[in-house]
Amino acid sequence: MRTVFNDTLLELAEKNRNIFLVLADIGYGEIEPFAEKFPDRFFNAGVSEQNMTGIATGIALNGNIVFTYSIANFPTLRCLEQIRNDVCYHKANVKIIAIGGGLAYGPLGVSHHTTEDLSIMRALPNMVVVVPGDLIEAELLTRAMVEWDGPCYMRCGYKGESVLHEQRPDLKIGKAITIRNGNDLTLIATGEMLPTSLEIADELNNKGVNTRVISMHTLKPIDKEVIVKAAEETKIILTLEESNIIGGLGGAVSEVLAETGNLNIKFKRIGMNDIFPSKVGYREYLRKAYGFSKEDILKTINEMY
Amino acid sequence: MSENNKYKEYIELAREIRADALREVCYGKSGHIGSALSMAEILAYLYESVLKYKSDDPGWEDRDIFILSKGHAASGLYAVLAEKGFFPREWMKKYYQDGGMLSGHVSHYVPGIEVSTGALGHGLPIGIGYAIHFNKTGKKNRVFVLLSDGEINEGSNWEAFLFAPHHNLDNITIIIDYNKIQALGRCESVLNIEPLAQKLRDFHWEVKEVDGHNFKDIERAFSKIPIKKGKPGCIISNTIKGKGVSFLENTVSSHYYHITEELLKKAYEELGVEDENSF
Repeated sequence: MRTVFNDTLLELAEKNRNIFLVLADIGYGEIEPFAEKFPDRFFNAGVSEQNMTGIATGIALNGNIVFTYSIANFPTLRCLEQIRNDVCYHKANVKIIAIGGGLAYGPLGVSHHTTEDLSIMRALPNMVVVVPGDLIEAELLTRAMVEWDGPCYMRCGYKGESVLHEQRPDLKIGKAITIRNGNDLTLIATGEMLPTSLEIADELNNKGVNTRVISMHTLKPIDKEVIVKAAEETKIILTLEESNIIGGLGGAVSEVLAETGNLNIKFKRIGMNDIFPSKVGYREYLRKAYGFSKEDILKTINEMY
Repeated sequence: MSENNKYKEYIELAREIRADALREVCYGKSGHIGSALSMAEILAYLYESVLKYKSDDPGWEDRDIFILSKGHAASGLYAVLAEKGFFPREWMKKYYQDGGMLSGHVSHYVPGIEVSTGALGHGLPIGIGYAIHFNKTGKKNRVFVLLSDGEINEGSNWEAFLFAPHHNLDNITIIIDYNKIQALGRCESVLNIEPLAQKLRDFHWEVKEVDGHNFKDIERAFSKIPIKKGKPGCIISNTIKGKGVSFLENTVSSHYYHITEELLKKAYEELGVEDENSF
């Protein structure tokens, strides 16, 4: 997915002379074409995310679109105050890209598990939060962020993701995509959990449970309409995210449901249950170890249904 | 012509900055006055003779960029901006108060304030961003960032100290208001930053050291900007915290002092300012 992002950015930067890339010594084998093609719009700040974000703000405040780029929590939590005070308060046109969202860097350990970024970025005024669930969404969200005037955060994948959309969707920031229709149960998934949600839906549909799958590629602004519709038309809603369940996708959907009221539904947030893993392993291993593998989720659904 | 006559206008402006900052914090019952008083001469000189700006058009495209990274010294910057006509003097009456326009740390919602600060260590990286933009577009605008000494503790500044010389950014000049006192004590006892000039020289900045209360010295420091072609510049302005008011000078408490009406009167007597000079 990072390659799709970088290729798309390169293409956009060819057309738009105001696009900058400011990164923090990350992106080996990926960012070189941009650096070579646009040396006056490329800056490696070195391993210094606070400076990277401040510089990006200063460039952006002069009518430019500036992408900051690093992996895991480095472009967000390491420089959170710069994002809040500099980027968001000034409504600077900065697009923050974190490569390797969720548990993509599993065996690297907790320092590289990007699992609280969604809730923390979502809490910042003026910030848009997007999470592509497949390669097409990654491309389309990159384009959409350039069109969007203001701060954006994109939790990007790493490598090995696939194309899940059968046709190119009409993707708009803040407008979820319903991938599968169904009126028994709804899975609202974001990012890394989108492929899993489709696998679960397939199994449930085979058992006669008509499952709706919504790709919530934008966590903020959240698509309230699609959530309320699912609550009215299906009996159970689950949110699926490779994140702490506090404040991210599950939090955002809960807020909408709670304020909608009068809903006769069952609801459950699936994700990291407010823990740091002590076990070592890749994504699938960790999901299983911490209770949100495909089988765990199917079991949960079975109990709720 | 005596020195005082030559620099009369600057001296008068610095006095007005002090008087207005004191009145702001008195009315607002706020603090940080010591930090505003130590930079009065630098601000006066910048706004009188260095910065290019149009107070009736704060976003003028050829303006120089001034960023007050020590955003807590807001009362002083508001004073010079009001004096130069960026906004009505009356605004200072409600500094730090309900419904006012002027907060205790500078905000870009105020005409003439380029960038909001208040959390330390933010101004310089943003200033570097401006400098990069001006370089790329071939513009002659210059960037000036005023930092405090305590602020130098912030790691983000050291990231920026590495970056600017690496990219030969000579369109950015920083001024460090070195009044030697930070929030909990003297810099040397809290966290020693000495030898400051040498540290910055070692980081490849072109450094000048001046008496920040002496206009002749200040004039010399700003006589050539960039100080050296191809390098970012640094002016270390040696100052006295609370300068101009005896009971505030060189004290940690000047960071927290509440200036009562009575103390304001006393301060005005020392500054030689008429007390009826209200907003």
